[in-house]
Amino acid sequence: MAYAEPAVVDHAPPAEVPEVELYHAKTWLTKYVFSQDAKVIAIQYSLTAIAIGLVALVLSWLMRLQLGFPATFSFIEPADYYQYVTMHGMIMVIYLLTALFLGGFGNYLIPLMVGARDMVFPYVNMLSYWIYLLAVLVLAASFFTPGGPSGAGWTLYPPQSILSGTPGQEWGIILMLVSLMLFIIGFTMGGLNYVVTVLQARARGMTLMRLPLTVWGIFVATILALLAFPALFVAVVMSLLDRTVGTSFFMPHIVEMGEQLPYGGGSPILFQHLFWFFGHPEVYIVALPAFGIVSDLISTHARRNIFGYRMMVWAIIAIGGLSFVVWAHHMYVSGMNPYFGFFFATSTLVIAIPTAIKLYNWVLTLWRGNIHFTVPMLFCIAFIVTFLNGGITGLFLGNVSVDVPLSDTMFVVAHFHMVMGVAPIFVIFAAIYHWYPLISGRMFNQALGLFHFWVTFIGAYLIFLPLHYLGFVGVPRRYFEIGETGFVPESAATLNEFITVVALIVGFAQVVFMANLAWSVFRGRVAGRNPWRAVTLEWQTAEVPPGHGNWGPTLPVVYRWAYAYSVPGVEDDFVPQNLPPSQVKAADPSARAAE
Amino acid sequence: MAPSELASATDPLAQSKGWPSIVADWSSDQRAFKQVSWGKAMMWIFLLSDTFVFGCFLLSYMTVRMSTTVPWPNASEIFALNIGGNDVPLILIAIMTFVLITSSGTMAMAVNFGYRRDRAKSAILLLVTAVFGAMFVGMQAFEWTKLIEDGVRPWGNPFGAAQFGSSFFMITGFHGFHVSVGVLFLIIVARKVWRGDYDNSRKGFFTSRKGHYEAVEIMGLYWHFVDLVWVFIFAVFYLW
Repeated sequence: MAYAEPAVVDHAPPAEVPEVELYHAKTWLTKYVFSQDAKVIAIQYSLTAIAIGLVALVLSWLMRLQLGFPATFSFIEPADYYQYVTMHGMIMVIYLLTALFLGGFGNYLIPLMVGARDMVFPYVNMLSYWIYLLAVLVLAASFFTPGGPSGAGWTLYPPQSILSGTPGQEWGIILMLVSLMLFIIGFTMGGLNYVVTVLQARARGMTLMRLPLTVWGIFVATILALLAFPALFVAVVMSLLDRTVGTSFFMPHIVEMGEQLPYGGGSPILFQHLFWFFGHPEVYIVALPAFGIVSDLISTHARRNIFGYRMMVWAIIAIGGLSFVVWAHHMYVSGMNPYFGFFFATSTLVIAIPTAIKLYNWVLTLWRGNIHFTVPMLFCIAFIVTFLNGGITGLFLGNVSVDVPLSDTMFVVAHFHMVMGVAPIFVIFAAIYHWYPLISGRMFNQALGLFHFWVTFIGAYLIFLPLHYLGFVGVPRRYFEIGETGFVPESAATLNEFITVVALIVGFAQVVFMANLAWSVFRGRVAGRNPWRAVTLEWQTAEVPPGHGNWGPTLPVVYRWAYAYSVPGVEDDFVPQNLPPSQVKAADPSARAAE
Repeated sequence: MAPSELASATDPLAQSKGWPSIVADWSSDQRAFKQVSWGKAMMWIFLLSDTFVFGCFLLSYMTVRMSTTVPWPNASEIFALNIGGNDVPLILIAIMTFVLITSSGTMAMAVNFGYRRDRAKSAILLLVTAVFGAMFVGMQAFEWTKLIEDGVRPWGNPFGAAQFGSSFFMITGFHGFHVSVGVLFLIIVARKVWRGDYDNSRKGFFTSRKGHYEAVEIMGLYWHFVDLVWVFIFAVFYLW
């Protein structure tokens, strides 16, 4: 298909937004620690998220060791295993993925990509990070309390989450709930900044329909988060009251160890509704930024404009809207009215339409593109494949009649790890590799990057494809050990061992990744300006890495969309968004003839 | 986009009216809401998010009220005050609601006088609003004390379903917290107006940003929101 760009005009409307009053840090402490600069906050967010994510990674190794080699490791008790499951899930979903995509990439990229000097409220933005750090510390503290962290499963369903049979009932669950409240408060402060910056602080000429899809993804995801986290907040507050004060919001009449508990009359299903009203949009809070980043990266590394830009934007918005009306597909076995199941199955399957539009558009962007197999591009292609695989099993689980037998098996675990674990993590890797030269000013080591990619990509499939199979043969999730369960064939044990070995190898490949990043900060080749020859604004700053205030004395003016690659009749194969049309060099006709 | 369209989009006077003007704003550069400052946009979006918090609280209250098998206490008996030997139902709550809604009126006047640069009147009205807010919280404390004396606890009460006390203390507590925070900020804003911070562009202590009289209006947005939420709590908690 020919290059089809919306018309470019050599004119930009006059400035209507006043210059941001920036806080100019004077001391080392206000410049690098209590910094109000979104770029520093972004790095703080990212490093904190990755640090706590490593804890969750180690927990997953411990889980795999237990599943692969049951009754081998004496230090893993059943209670420990449940604590690993709980903390691994909660950390990965909220404290790593949400924080890294929105707090990390959102803070770094939004002001740069929309052409602002900073977020609109830098002070509130700074508070957002420090409250997030506090939330992480409170959560981590639960490892050191009597009884250890909560073992209620990451969904924290009452009644069991607060009853005495559950590990971490003493302190773990309280710290978990308090930490979640802090996270939501901190996130709201950052989220308001992201939304207002995108809506109200764009550069001259930067219309919404010229925004890079990365910004669209993060923007819509932030709106989802601002509307979905309230439900979690309420669920958490009521759970905390049930646990500490003895209210019965979620607690029915219940007998424990032959003793009638003082609870009664509450609704456990209410918690599930509140939790999943948050929980399902949460999937897209993670996925939409990934969608956006992938769109920009494949366009840059395939030197093709994104296929169907407007459709991509509307698909993001449609997915965001639909994600609020599908939550009860997580509750097919909870005991709902069957008509609810019918409604939620239908709305769930409808989401496949905008998602399929996005997948087709990515493939059509790659189609006959000039694909450069750089490390970020490889991770992007891996994402597209993995998201498709994970999405297709989602169609299985979205149907009530198929979901009921598969519910609470490893099939579900495999599904959500593919679609919400592996796929977004691939995008995180792609994004880190892609923007690393901008953030650090240096290039990472290509060979180590390729090694990291192939081990991670092949390893992820060797882990999760067998896990689907295990689910089909009926291996339940969240079981400490299967033992001699009649319906599970003995071969499942061999497969479990295999998965565990691969998981450990993939885990250690991440050490290579981090060593590569750490080494390259000091010893990497100096990347220079715009090494990927990208058109978006973040690569067009006055200095690299961008300095305080991002743009030097004059703000950028935007003349075209974010996908001007392989523009016909132009000397270079890309035209930056802020290059005035009068300065675009026409291609030399003789050079073209020689081709 | 043709150049003529682009030019018209930049000229506010040449803009179209109604829906086409909304489309023009959203398809323009720089800002989606042309007359809205950053602070105001942020407060509106925060209030939208907070609406979801209160919405979830109230829906949860309705759900537990239906899920419990024990009869719900009769609100008009429990919230009655004994005045001169007669039980007057809902009298305290009527006064509280009246006070809070009155405070919305004084808040609106404070905003008006702020924009007229009438510092003294604006500051006094802000303080009056704060006093009304504090009165509301004070009466709420009185109501809580009375209920606790009557034996109502978050985990149970002698009149019926335990969820009555649980939801009552949680929801009115959460709302009262909003009012208390509002009172604190009203006092801070009143002090800034009185001192003339918004006239001489004095920089904020924490944010080091220049203040504007718009801060009074943003304060007002929050305050009216807290009042509006109270109307819903009043309706579903005391009248149902």
